[in-house]
Amino acid sequence: MSIKVLYFASLRETLGYSHETLTLPDTIDTVGALRGHLAKRGGAWEALQEGRNVRAAINQEMVGPESVVRDRDEIAFFPPVTGG
Amino acid sequence: MSQVSVQEADFDMAAETAALSAGRGDVGAVATFLGLVRADKLSGEGSEVTAMTLEHYPGMTEKSLEAIIVEAESRWSLLGVRVIHRYGRLLPGERIVFVGVASAHRGDAFAACEFIMDYLKTRAPFWKKEDTPEGGRWVDARESDDSAASRWEA
Repeated sequence: MSIKVLYFASLRETLGYSHETLTLPDTIDTVGALRGHLAKRGGAWEALQEGRNVRAAINQEMVGPESVVRDRDEIAFFPPVTGG
Repeated sequence: MSQVSVQEADFDMAAETAALSAGRGDVGAVATFLGLVRADKLSGEGSEVTAMTLEHYPGMTEKSLEAIIVEAESRWSLLGVRVIHRYGRLLPGERIVFVGVASAHRGDAFAACEFIMDYLKTRAPFWKKEDTPEGGRWVDARESDDSAASRWEA
């Protein structure tokens, strides 16, 4: 399946990417699994490892790690929000 | 008028407040909140924050603010709600956020205004980066914001 991934704020700066389009193997079907998959790139990407303080959204709704990723989803990863 | 604006431009708090009750006789209370950029002192140093840059997630930001307003409207009896949040580079003293709530009686307006700010702080995808003489640094999320939001649950 093919998905779009966005990165924001300090995470965007750490990774050096604001967005990318990814083709995922069928085994990567949750937000948690996707984080693990990306963290395996190593280096800066380890910022996405399980346990790091990273939030996620699917199609612009906040979600937890167990949420299911589907073809053509827009997934976003970002640090805890600090607006207001 | 739309209830939510996410914009770079400044806003007129007096005009926004007046608009919440303009031309209607059923509004008995308007509660407002205005958030400003603070020139915080950096810990253990003499220097201060010189500017702030706010980043957001276009699309999700508007959706999340609209969802917070829907939630507030389900909890209290409200006659009007307006939320404005700025992004981009802002200087100390500049306006960041406005929340205005109109209702028949003050209790609903006070409570909903505070609720909307507490939820905005923990759910709307904005991130602050402070400019300091030593360079930029991202603001860390505060535990006190989470506990402020969680008191509205249950």
